[in-house]
Amino acid sequence: MKAVVTVTGKDTKGIIAKVSTLCNEFGANILEITQSVLSEYFAMVMLVDINELTQDFGSFVDSMKDLGKQNCLIIDVMHEDIFNSMHRI
Amino acid sequence: MINLSDVLETINMIREEHLDVRTITMGISLLDCATDDNKVLCDRVYDKITKYAENLVSTGQDIEKQFGIPIVNKRVSITPISLIGGSRSPEDYVNLCKALDRAADTLGINFLGGFSSLVHKGATKADEMMIASIPEALSTTKCVCSSVNIGSTRAGINMDAVAKLGHTVKELAYLTKDNYSIGCAKFVVFANVPEDNPFMAGAFHGVGEPECVINVGVSGPGVVRAAVEKAGDCNFSELADIIKKTAFKVTRMGQLVACEASKRLNVPFGIVDLSLAPTPAVGDSVAHILEAMGLESCGAPGTTAALAMLNDAVKKGGAMASSHVGGLSGAFIPVSEDQGMIDAVNCGSLTLEKLEAMTSVCSVGLDMIAIPGDTSAETISAIIADEAAIGMINGKTTACRLIPAYGKKVGDKVEFGGLLGYAPVMPVNNFGSVKFIARGGRIPAPIHSLRN
Repeated sequence: MKAVVTVTGKDTKGIIAKVSTLCNEFGANILEITQSVLSEYFAMVMLVDINELTQDFGSFVDSMKDLGKQNCLIIDVMHEDIFNSMHRI
Repeated sequence: MINLSDVLETINMIREEHLDVRTITMGISLLDCATDDNKVLCDRVYDKITKYAENLVSTGQDIEKQFGIPIVNKRVSITPISLIGGSRSPEDYVNLCKALDRAADTLGINFLGGFSSLVHKGATKADEMMIASIPEALSTTKCVCSSVNIGSTRAGINMDAVAKLGHTVKELAYLTKDNYSIGCAKFVVFANVPEDNPFMAGAFHGVGEPECVINVGVSGPGVVRAAVEKAGDCNFSELADIIKKTAFKVTRMGQLVACEASKRLNVPFGIVDLSLAPTPAVGDSVAHILEAMGLESCGAPGTTAALAMLNDAVKKGGAMASSHVGGLSGAFIPVSEDQGMIDAVNCGSLTLEKLEAMTSVCSVGLDMIAIPGDTSAETISAIIADEAAIGMINGKTTACRLIPAYGKKVGDKVEFGGLLGYAPVMPVNNFGSVKFIARGGRIPAPIHSLRN
């Protein structure tokens, strides 16, 4: 199973470090990262493997949300199924 | 690999365009609860609902978290109550309604539907008791929704019931007068009612349904509006295609949630209802979709055609996205729950008569419309009869959820709060229908009901 982590907000130092540290703490393996900064606006989409999460998926989602709040970012974690079902026949 | 633009599109739909699953509704059969002892019946009904739907709310929340998609409401629908409530007295039904309200409260759901009766061909004694209990039952409870089906294409229209329900609506408005007659927002009169509708106030668990089932209602007027706006000045063929593709995506999400809920709750999946259900939130309006198509204001000439096209394109797009489609499936046009409709009424472009015309091409009927408190019961009955006639002749569902707001006049405002929104009081044609309604009996089923 995979999940998609999206991070958006004002660019600051260390965003990727913080997000990937948290992924590591939860046992989520980063498979792919797409990231860019446009006029100080940071946007990143990460694909992570969640088969070996050390805690349940809900707490991973909550912790990412909290991390976003602490850093003035919006971080969403969504199961890949939603993208597959909406955009593929 | 997941496509980046797909990810961003989905997130934008949720964050900016109010995409959500409007409701997961668990249908529960209460047929096996029937007994002639009202106290025992109330206990059985309470126990069964709270046992079956015990995990409904928490499961809904877990799914929200997993997919990152808001699931606005978790609800329960039950067997039409007059089938199990007995025929002793209206008080029995009031007690039963209170038991249902307690069950809803225990579960933490916001509405429970199925305090209902099907009288399209005639009423049983039980139906009569149940209908007599509606004003008191709904005015003394919070979460219970009620509906009565008074007509169908196969049976015609039960005009005795129509006549009686005009008084029921008035009485309900009076009993909840301190709260803008909000009781009427929980009561809807149907023709051709679907038995698997997950949306309130008309949800109930039909007799042909299994023991327990999960039905899901999707929404997404904001997403469709954004897609129509983005399309620019294209022609109708192109516009219909864009709406179909958007409806497909929205419905696929509903199907995913429905399957997941069904799996987690170990309850069979019933249907996905492909409805565009507006909310009072800015940007989540069906009227604004019609305006994005090029109308100056909803209600302008062209509105019925625009709505017909929208409704059809939503169904075509959604039908392929779900394994089972049912319920109401189409665009809803409630006035109080749609900011665009409210604005259109306020600026004078949308009238009750235009709304009636619109109901002939969309999925429901005259919905959440506040009318003057001094509107007579006969006029309300006659409006119900008009709507039922549209449903009966066109073989579609129609409904009436009118709120004769006690003590309010045209131009006043009634506030219901939450998803029910607020509504300006609309003028009603005041020429009388008393003699017409007094005739009683049944309007015969139309010739095209003879299909066998």
